[in-house]
Amino acid sequence: MTLKSWKELPIGCVVSDPGSASEYHTGSWRSQRPIWDDAKCIKCGICYIFCPEGCVQQSEDGFFKANMDYCKGCGICAHECWPRAIKMLEEG
Amino acid sequence: MGKRVGLEVTVAVAEAVALCRIDMAGVYPITPQSHIAEHLSTLVADGKLDAEFVTVESEHSAMSAVIGSSGAGARSYTATSSQGLMLMHELLPIASAMRLPITMAIANRAVSGPLNILNDHSDIMPQRDAGWIVVFAENGQEAIDLSIQAFKIAEHKDVMLPVSVNIDGFQLTHMVEPVEMPTQEEVDQFLPPFVPHATLHPARPVTMGAFAMSDYFTEIMKAKDEAVKNSKKVILEVWDEWEKMFDRSYKPVETYQADDADVLLLTMGSMGETAQLAIDELRAKGVKAGLVKLRLWRPFPFAEIKAVVKNAKKLIVTDRAVSFGGPGGPVFSEIKSALYAETQRPTIYNYIYGLGGRDVTVHDFVGMFEKIIADTGNVAADTYVFWGVRE
Amino acid sequence: MIEVRWHGRGGQGAVTSVELLAVSAIAAGKYAQGFPSFGPERRGAPVAAFTRIDDKKINVRSGIYEPDIVLVLDSSLIGLVNVIDGLKPGGKIIVNTHKTPEEIRKDLNFNGSVATVDGTGIARKEMGVPIANTTMIGALLKVIGIMGLDAMKESVEHRFGRIAQKNLNAMKRAYDEIKILN
Repeated sequence: MTLKSWKELPIGCVVSDPGSASEYHTGSWRSQRPIWDDAKCIKCGICYIFCPEGCVQQSEDGFFKANMDYCKGCGICAHECWPRAIKMLEEG
Repeated sequence: MGKRVGLEVTVAVAEAVALCRIDMAGVYPITPQSHIAEHLSTLVADGKLDAEFVTVESEHSAMSAVIGSSGAGARSYTATSSQGLMLMHELLPIASAMRLPITMAIANRAVSGPLNILNDHSDIMPQRDAGWIVVFAENGQEAIDLSIQAFKIAEHKDVMLPVSVNIDGFQLTHMVEPVEMPTQEEVDQFLPPFVPHATLHPARPVTMGAFAMSDYFTEIMKAKDEAVKNSKKVILEVWDEWEKMFDRSYKPVETYQADDADVLLLTMGSMGETAQLAIDELRAKGVKAGLVKLRLWRPFPFAEIKAVVKNAKKLIVTDRAVSFGGPGGPVFSEIKSALYAETQRPTIYNYIYGLGGRDVTVHDFVGMFEKIIADTGNVAADTYVFWGVRE
Repeated sequence: MIEVRWHGRGGQGAVTSVELLAVSAIAAGKYAQGFPSFGPERRGAPVAAFTRIDDKKINVRSGIYEPDIVLVLDSSLIGLVNVIDGLKPGGKIIVNTHKTPEEIRKDLNFNGSVATVDGTGIARKEMGVPIANTTMIGALLKVIGIMGLDAMKESVEHRFGRIAQKNLNAMKRAYDEIKILN
């Protein structure tokens, strides 16, 4: 990526392209990933609520999964899931 | 034509700001600024000013509120003093980096400690490098004129920077004096509606004040510096326009009896006219004394300063703030830097005076001239001196 | 230029008076300044306030150290504050008191011009309150003679609304009843 000169910066460095942060794929930070056991899942959505990255989504069948482009592997979903349906698995 | 009236200067400033049809005021009261806050609040409460008056809980909140409000596209105003300005300090460079055309009156007052509520410039000087345009008023008329001009300068598409109008506490703020208040029609003609460079709106999302690391920070600082420097062109245009419309002249550096002067004295703020009386007294005795008045503190008017002092033998720079253990008062340091590369320049002296409300009389200015004229060994030029300090 | 120093106590309205007088003088086409002694305001404490009036633009922004006129709103300040401090040679003092000018001259050990009027008595009768700040403007205008009482009408009406006339009546009585000893 070519860096801009000072003359090319927008006034006040306003970012006018909404949602441009999605270009950062924070999934590369992950050293462990959440695995859902749908047999234990009660579809309460607490993983969805607590995910600090907002990357947990509900599928059409009502179960949850994380978007691995953004999941940082923090484990908060697994920690909060009281039916213990989420396990963290080492990457690699 | 506006009406000539007697008003306390703070009230006059609030009236002038109301004529600018501000959308929002976020002000926390502090002596000697309080009457600006009170009068604006009254105008809003009485339905005479259609603006949102945000009763913030501190000056930090006041500056935060006007940053948010300006970002939303509202013409936003605040005013403060001393400790209040110090509390705003961390937000001032953010306002300028986000290029938000906020305007602020500063009723200049000494910074604690010890606690003191009276006038000097120790509140504005630590804000020197915040990236704001900084102007100083000399009398009540200038305080209202500069307050109105500030919106036009700040909001100009080639500027988009915050402006502070400095009004010496008490000596200016608490004086009832004659001012010519422009009419609403005149101000409407002079000041176009605010067109922001970007606005916060749910339907058109943008990010303001984003994060930037070493790959961009230098470029952003350079862009901000250029913006502040380039604002001078617009400032001069706005002042020319003001003069054509109201017949009152504003220049970055103004002079009095300076053309043929051997010894010049430089002031900034409300003491200029009192110093003029000292010049009259000295001229009557045959002393070629002159006065330089610095109005524009940022962007600093290098060319104008060089031009007006080059033929003088001695230049006495007066400061109303101390740079402890530094090279002299802040104005003195700046003037010295400006003249460093000049082959023809006066010997420069520095008096620190009028601290924490210490009164300054015509006699004090005459005394400064007499001391410096008598100094043949350039003794005082090596350092700065606290005028009138008890030894 | 005429420079006046007002002596009063916090809450007696010296600052209101200097403001009203400056606003009225400016409305009458003159140049004027009205300002308090700068600093914290404390009810009951001795305070000073200042007036400058001139026919040309006033440039000085320092305090007043050598007034032409001293006006004392509260005679209990005599002895507590040196009210004649710095008074110009030929300067005049005006005191709100029931005493005669001769008695005040003696109290102050002062040989110059002294004028007295029972401003508090007048205020009590005309307005029902013992606050003589506006009343004493009448006394001052009689002594300095640069403009008539009618010049005060607009600013007093603007400031006091329906009780304005009582203030103007009290001012007029002080103007008429002041005793001047030159």
